[in-house]
Amino acid sequence: MTSLFTKVSPEPTTDAGVRRITVSINGNQHTVDVEPRLLLAHLIRQGLDLTGTHTGCDTTHCGACTVLFDGTPVKSCTMFAVQAEGHEITTVEGLATASELHPIQESFKDEHGLQCGFCTPGMMLTAKALLDENPDPTEDEVRWALSGNLCRCTGYQNIVKSVLAAAARLRSQGATDEEEGETS
Amino acid sequence: MQPAKFDYYRPDTLSEAVELLTSVDGARPIAGGHSLLPAMKLRVASPAALVDLGRIPDLTGISRDGDSLMIGALATHAAVAASDLAKADCPVLADTASQIGDPQVRNRGTIGGSLAHADPAADYPTLMRAIGATIHVTGAGGSERAIPADDFFVDLFTTALEVGELVTAVEVPVMAAGQSGVYLKHRHPASSYAVVGIAAIVTVDGGSCTAAAIGVGGVTGKPERADAAEAALIGQEPSDELVATAAAAVAESLANPIGDIYASGEFRVHLASVLTKRALSEAFGAGSA
Ligand SMILES: Cc1cc2nc3c(=O)[nH]c(=O)nc-3n(C[C@H](O)[C@H](O)[C@H](O)COP(=O)(O)OP(=O)(O)OC[C@H]3O[C@@H](n4cnc5c(N)ncnc54)[C@H](O)[C@@H]3O)c2cc1C
Ligand code: FES
Ligand code: FES
Repeated sequence: MTSLFTKVSPEPTTDAGVRRITVSINGNQHTVDVEPRLLLAHLIRQGLDLTGTHTGCDTTHCGACTVLFDGTPVKSCTMFAVQAEGHEITTVEGLATASELHPIQESFKDEHGLQCGFCTPGMMLTAKALLDENPDPTEDEVRWALSGNLCRCTGYQNIVKSVLAAAARLRSQGATDEEEGETS
Repeated sequence: MQPAKFDYYRPDTLSEAVELLTSVDGARPIAGGHSLLPAMKLRVASPAALVDLGRIPDLTGISRDGDSLMIGALATHAAVAASDLAKADCPVLADTASQIGDPQVRNRGTIGGSLAHADPAADYPTLMRAIGATIHVTGAGGSERAIPADDFFVDLFTTALEVGELVTAVEVPVMAAGQSGVYLKHRHPASSYAVVGIAAIVTVDGGSCTAAAIGVGGVTGKPERADAAEAALIGQEPSDELVATAAAAVAESLANPIGDIYASGEFRVHLASVLTKRALSEAFGAGSA
């Protein structure tokens, strides 16, 4: 797989089969030389060592490879890296800060939203896109939003609970932030 | 799974794209890539070059033009499903889009790609035949054609598109007074594709059915119109018996059904009749309410 990808060299590439692209991943700009057939999932995992993005089925069904593409969930096994040029990608590594888990991660932990954890990065990113757009979803809305992400372990109940708990946590955090904003 | 090697082009304009498609050997357009890329991974498709339509401006809009909605070829299924215009003027269009695949698939897949791909298990083609859509295409030298959906779908994965021709927009008539439309499918439990999909568009005026169009997808190589069932409805007052009679006539339009490991041809014809009954009941219910 590494033959499809080289970290960028200082000289402009002369190989016609290679393209130089710049992609923003979790806010960091990465300029890399890639073969056009390199999948976005492989650029992220093998190329940039961000192995939190999992590949499960490799056939666009399981959602384990889900990343946010300009804020929207997409399956990175079904995009070429070249198509992502100039776009903003968020992977699971982009959720937590150095010292703190993201509220969605906290909620998955508290509500037992994972067992083996294989589906979890994709689940959490899909949940993030939902909650960014709809901070107070119903259970049905959560299930509908997650319908492109499969889990072989949990039976989904605790994943749905985790997302609803994360929604509540984010709303109360938002309310506190606002209050603090008003008093300061 | 890794696709075979290909050259990659990303034109900024429609005319550049058409030029590349006609001049580069073995070049194929890629839109959302949600049919083409999986086929390339399986090496069912190994195009020598891909022309990425993703950066061509002005092909994503959804607008009202007279009695039609114009849907840009690059409008994603998610955009159509969420479109206020579509929901207001042609609810069955938005509803069909919302039934495609799953959220991630809808975020990438496009209406132009779906129609050009002409998968017999796809949802849009069935609706487009029933609703009387027109597919707008641009080819070599900027030549434009407007192809009625009836002529666009030729066979399994085969359309009337010539080499180098691109779908630019899909013109979908808005629902008129007294008209209502329903799209229903038996969803494949793993892929979400339609095992069978039915689009029913009916008009009720003065208590009787004055127009009816029934599209059937997933049974034959291309979406068919169930003309015998349509004829049974015209001039009649909607009732449960009428719906049952029409649904029973659907099989007449479905010669040589295709079967696979999931559903035999015979079962698909049966499903078509059952789903037609449900779709018509719902459409008449909505129309008379
Ligand atoms: C897991 C999964 C589930 C799915 N479920 C469903 C479902 O339930 N129902 C359904 O209908 N579909 C389903 N699909 C297919 C999906 O809707 C595709 O997005 C769609 O069929 C193709 O659109 P695209 O933009 O991805 O096209 P692409 O894959 O980019 O292209 C498809 C074909 O069309 C050509 N093409 C693309 N754009 C144009 C254009 N503007 N002009 C001319 N030719 C063009 C390409 O060269 C290619 O041959 C599913 C796909 C996946 C992966
Ligand atoms: S690995 Fe991409 S959807 Fe399963
Ligand atoms: S936790 Fe194991 S697949 Fe979901």
